[in-house]
Amino acid sequence: MNILVILKTALKAVMKNKMRSFLTALGIIIGVSAVIAMVSMGAGAKISVEKQVASLGRDVLMVFPGSHDAAGRHSGFGTITTLIADDADAIVKDASAVALASPTVRSTAQVVYGNMNWTTSVSGVSKDYLEIRAWDLEKGENFTTSDNKGSTKVCIIGKDIVTNLFDEVDPIGKIIRIKNFPFKVIGVLTARGQSMGGQSQDDVILVPLTTAQKKLLGITYVNGIMLSAKSSDLMETATTQIQEILRQRHRIRAGKDDDFTVRNSADIAAAGSAITTALTFLLGGIASVSLIVGGIGIMNIMLVSVVERTREIGIRMAVGARSRDILSQFLIEAIFLSVVGGLLGILLGVLLSSLIASLANWSTYVSFFSIIIAFLFSAGIGVFFGFYPALKASRLDPIDALHYE
Amino acid sequence: MRSVQDNIIQLKKITKVYDTGAVQVEALRGINLDIKKGEFVAIMGASGSGKSTLLNIISCMDRPTKGEYFLMGKDVSKLGGDQLASVRNKTIGIVFQNFNLLSRTTALENVELPALYSGLSSKPRREKAMQTLKEVGLEDWWHHHPNQLSGGQQQRVAIARAMINQPPILLADEPTGNLDSKTSVEILGIFQKLNKEKGITIIIVTHETDIARYAARIVGFRDGLIIKDEIVSNRLWADKVLKNNHFRKKKGGVAV
Repeated sequence: MNILVILKTALKAVMKNKMRSFLTALGIIIGVSAVIAMVSMGAGAKISVEKQVASLGRDVLMVFPGSHDAAGRHSGFGTITTLIADDADAIVKDASAVALASPTVRSTAQVVYGNMNWTTSVSGVSKDYLEIRAWDLEKGENFTTSDNKGSTKVCIIGKDIVTNLFDEVDPIGKIIRIKNFPFKVIGVLTARGQSMGGQSQDDVILVPLTTAQKKLLGITYVNGIMLSAKSSDLMETATTQIQEILRQRHRIRAGKDDDFTVRNSADIAAAGSAITTALTFLLGGIASVSLIVGGIGIMNIMLVSVVERTREIGIRMAVGARSRDILSQFLIEAIFLSVVGGLLGILLGVLLSSLIASLANWSTYVSFFSIIIAFLFSAGIGVFFGFYPALKASRLDPIDALHYE
Repeated sequence: MRSVQDNIIQLKKITKVYDTGAVQVEALRGINLDIKKGEFVAIMGASGSGKSTLLNIISCMDRPTKGEYFLMGKDVSKLGGDQLASVRNKTIGIVFQNFNLLSRTTALENVELPALYSGLSSKPRREKAMQTLKEVGLEDWWHHHPNQLSGGQQQRVAIARAMINQPPILLADEPTGNLDSKTSVEILGIFQKLNKEKGITIIIVTHETDIARYAARIVGFRDGLIIKDEIVSNRLWADKVLKNNHFRKKKGGVAV
């Protein structure tokens, strides 16, 4: 019997019992669409994380101060004050793999313009900070070297500050008060939208580092250094060079722990992608359970179908059907149900994922790969769960089958 | 002494034992039977005489417990399932008492079925099925489903199905058991025609003497043994019976 005849026979058997066939396929439809939708959520999360990591800037490295270890007490990350702005200059000068560096300090402050006020994060940075993080200015200009040297009271503000303080007014050249010090607005950052966690990335004010250290915080150390490597290949080299320079500058003897931590965007990306990959597998795994339940549904119906059609099987055997003819007939029928269910499930899954994207505000991404996998998996389910009933049918005794009532 | 080639069917000491667990039932107790090519044999016996068991063995639906079965000179008593299926497909056509047609399938598709399993491709298969249907006078009914056909018509479809692969042997198990007397004679007429015109060896199983008299030879069964094997002296011919007798009128029967 050729494949076309088998297919036709299977199609006929499926069409004889439309409602039942549909319900059987429904199990697979739900299973496949669940897998597609869930995996698309995981993939969407992964892409969001990747975007966010990319928003750190390209080939970015970060140096954070380390933690105290005193008498066995381990205090928190960044409690050491040994990291200073000169470290950044030294690294740029001596580390061949490092292109730019900007020391950073952070604080939270209330800002006032006219009768409006807003509490936001104020960061002290050098003029290279924007380039390192690949942030653009919508209008106005960047800091200059002399701004840092002279601790001038100028600032660059994010889009949220513009909306909250200025309304319709052009902020460039206006004076805002940060912790009661007057600052002149010299630039506005291009809007970058929400981060993965739903925080605004535009709720930020940048001021020259020395201004922040002296006027706003009253400190001489820095909270971190942002650096960029000369190329992606040089990330590891840059890390090593930074470690060597800082250990030397901080006079750390061999065998002692660093008093700082160097991280790079590639590591952060890897960590983020590990989490989202786990999320994808988790969601996909949960959805796969429903696919397996759908497969069991197919097996169940095929078993019933074999019993119901015992006489048909007997007749076919009596006129010369071999066991493998009967086996392939029922197997193809099961595969047909699961493949059609799989195809409909893919459609529904794509629909669901775009629905999730628009209703739950969760970015989703349906990859071609996940569609192929879902399709193959559903066909595999047909083979796996259809095989036993088909085998049972093919092993029937022709005489018993013919006399089955 | 007849040569092996003459005997299209040769049964030697065929024994069939059904093991029902607690009891062993001996349905056939050492049957010897030779049937020549082109014969028309009726196997007679009451129910439980073993005639159906014998039919199952001859039709290659079942294997004997002991003994040898030569079909066209070849021992088929030890063949595997797929080889037996091939014999049923090409060498022996089977007709049943209850027709055993596939429901919700057209007459033509029912006739096509054995050709499907012999691997005939779609177009010649359809043509051959149509031609075979024509031979039993049902070419105009090809698209009807079994439940739209009379019993006689259904049995004709079944005969066409049995004949599509042109087997040399046709086996019929109580082929008239579910039919009225006139239709029965018509069906027997088809068998006689196939036997006479195409030289097909025909074996029918029946418990009715009237039906058996349409055959040329009667083999009688009782308790798993052959108790009589004789040539029919006053053989009935279906066409003559149909001409002379007045049967009650019944719709749907088509004269041969």
